Amino acid sequence: MEPILEIRNLGKNFGAVEILKDINVSAEPGGFLVLVGPSGCGKSTLLNCIAGLEPISGGTIHIGGRDVTHVSPKDRNIAMVFQSYALYPTMSVAGNITFGMKVRGVDKAVRARKLQEVARQLQIEQLLDRRPSQLSGGQRQRVAMGRALVRDPQLFLFDEPLSNLDAKLRVEMRLEIKKLHSDLGATMVYVTHDQIEAMTLATRIVVLKDGVVQQVGSPAEIYNRPTNLFVADFMGSPAMNLIPARASRHGNGTRIEIERAGGPPIVLIDGRIDGLPGDVVVGLRPEDIAEAGFRAGDGVQEAECLIDMVEPAGADTFVVSLIGGKQVTARLHAETEARPGSTLALAFDLGKVSYFAPDTGERLN
Amino acid sequence: MTDPARGLPAAPRAGQAALRWLLFAILGLFALFYLMPLFVMIATSLKSLEEIRAGSLVALPARVTFEAWGTAWSSACTGIQCEGLRPYFWNSVSLSVPAVAISTLLGAVNGYVIAQWRFRGANLIFSLMLFGCFIPFQVVLLPMARTLGFMGLTGSISGLVFVHVIYGIGFTTLFFRNYYVTIPVELVKAAKVDGAGFFRIFWSVFMPLSLPILMVTVIWQFTQIWNDFLFGVSFSQAGTQPVTVALNNIVNSTTGVKEYNVDMAAAIIAALPTLFVYAVAGKYFIRGLTAGSVKG
Repeated sequence: MEPILEIRNLGKNFGAVEILKDINVSAEPGGFLVLVGPSGCGKSTLLNCIAGLEPISGGTIHIGGRDVTHVSPKDRNIAMVFQSYALYPTMSVAGNITFGMKVRGVDKAVRARKLQEVARQLQIEQLLDRRPSQLSGGQRQRVAMGRALVRDPQLFLFDEPLSNLDAKLRVEMRLEIKKLHSDLGATMVYVTHDQIEAMTLATRIVVLKDGVVQQVGSPAEIYNRPTNLFVADFMGSPAMNLIPARASRHGNGTRIEIERAGGPPIVLIDGRIDGLPGDVVVGLRPEDIAEAGFRAGDGVQEAECLIDMVEPAGADTFVVSLIGGKQVTARLHAETEARPGSTLALAFDLGKVSYFAPDTGERLN
Repeated sequence: MTDPARGLPAAPRAGQAALRWLLFAILGLFALFYLMPLFVMIATSLKSLEEIRAGSLVALPARVTFEAWGTAWSSACTGIQCEGLRPYFWNSVSLSVPAVAISTLLGAVNGYVIAQWRFRGANLIFSLMLFGCFIPFQVVLLPMARTLGFMGLTGSISGLVFVHVIYGIGFTTLFFRNYYVTIPVELVKAAKVDGAGFFRIFWSVFMPLSLPILMVTVIWQFTQIWNDFLFGVSFSQAGTQPVTVALNNIVNSTTGVKEYNVDMAAAIIAALPTLFVYAVAGKYFIRGLTAGSVKG
C-alpha cells in the first residue's frame, strides 16, 4: 500500500545550524507514527515541516501520494493538535471547532452537522457555548482534538498534546487517543519526549537525536533491539543497564567478564554469539535480571551481588547493585528478601542481551 | 480569658487602622491639591466679569451665569474673526478622528506582523520605529513642511492628519507589538492549518483579542492629537486651525479687558473631549496597560 506520508532526504537549516539531517520517514495508511527524542532533537521542527509551517532546506514531502513540499499548510489536507492547544480565546468551543470550515466556505448546515458529530464523539456536547478560558485542561485538549477531527484530514499531526496535563489525565487521554486512532483508522504522526507514550501509542517509532534519525521500527523492535547506546538508554523506564565488560572467545561462544570493586568479576558465557571485540558494553533490561531461582532458561546465569539499594515500587521491587562501575538495576518480584548491604544471588538472562561497541555506540549483535 | 486561636491582640489592629486613615488623609489632600485649578477654572467660568474683579479667586460664583461659555463657544475673537471656538473645535474633530483611526489600525497591523510573522530584519525595523517615538516634534517641522508642500497638502486638514498618522505609528506599533508578542505563536499556526490567511487571522483571531490595547492606543493617540499645538500651529492656515491654536488666539489676542471667564470656559471646552474619552474608555486603559497576556 502506498504510504500516506513519505519524507525523503529532508534537511532543515536555521542559518548555519543544521536542525534536521537527511530524514527519511514514512507512515502507512492507518499507521501511528511517533517521533520521539529528547528536547532539542528536532522532532517538533520535523512535525512543523510536515505541516508546512516551517520551510525545509532540502528533500521532499509527499502526503497521500502528492508532492506537498512547496504547498501551503491549508492545502496539505492535514489537521494539527498543538501542545498549548492554541484554541482561539475569543471564540466559543463551537466557534473553535467550526472556524476551519467557515474559512473554507463550508455550508452552514454541513458545519452544524459535523460539529454535532464531533462533539458527540468527544463528549463535549454540553461545552459548545463556553469559552476556552472556562474549560479545564482536559476539556481544552478535547476541543483541540475536535478541531482536528472535524476536518477529516488524510493526516493528523499531534505536537506533544498531553504534556500540559497532569499525570492521571495524561494516561486517560493517551488511552482515548489510542481508541480514537483505532476507531477512525486514521493516519497519525505524534511528537512526544515521553518514551512511555511512544511505546504505548505507536505502530512505528522514529527515535531522533540532534536532528538525525537513530532508529525506525515497531515499539518491540526499538525496545528489544536498540540500534545504538542512545536508543538503548533513552527508551525504557527504568533505563537499560549498560555495563562495560571484557569479551573473549570461549569455545563457539563468548566469555563476558564484568569487573566489580571488592569482589571477583562476574563471568557470563553467551553461547550464541562470537566475534565480539575485546571491549563491549552489555545491555540488559532491568527485567532481564531477576532473583536467582525465579528465572530459568538457556541464557540464564547466576552470580552473587552486593545490594546497594532497594526500591519497592508496589508490583515490583527494584534493587541496585554496583557492577562494572555502573549502578545496575534489577527488577525483582515484590516479596523479595533483598536488603541493602546484604548479598543476593541474581540471575542474568542473556536471552535478550544487547552488545554495543563502547567507542561508536553501535549495536554488535 | 481570650481564646488563643482568635487572631491578633487589639493594639496592632488599631495601629493599622490609624495608618490606613492617615494614608487616606494624605491621598485626599493630594487629590484636593490637584483638583484646585480645575475648581478655579470652573468657578471662574461661571462668574460674570464684575464678580471676578470684585471677589476672591477661590470663591464660589454668587450668581451662576453661562454667558462666558456661550461667548467662548460661538463669539469670542480669535484675532480678526469672532466666531468663538466652534469652527476650530470641528476642525479638531475632523482631524483627530481619522488620524486616530488610521494610526491605530496601521499600528495594529504593524504590531501583528512584527510580533507574529517574524521575518529577517523584524527587530531592526521595530527598533527604528521605536526610535521614531523619541524624535522631538521640533526636529521634523521643516522637513515635514517641505514634504507637505511636495504632496500638495500644505495648510489642509488632510495634511495634519498625515503628520499625526506618521508621528503616531511608532507609538501605536509599540503598543500593539508588545501586546501581541505575549500571544503564543501556536495560535497563528493553528489558524494557518485551519486555512486562514494573513488578514483573516488578523481580523478573526487577533482583533477580537485586542479590545484592551485598542482602548489604550485610542486614548493615547486621541489625547496626543487633540492636545497637539505645535503641528497644529505650524501646518495649518486660517480656517484649518485646530482648537488648541484657536484657544491660544482667544487668550492671547484680546485687546483691552481680559475676559478671564471666557478664557476659562474656552480652556475647559478644549479639554472636554479628552476627558470624555478617558471617562468612557478609562477602565480599559488601566486594564490594557497592566494586562496583555492571553490565557487561552
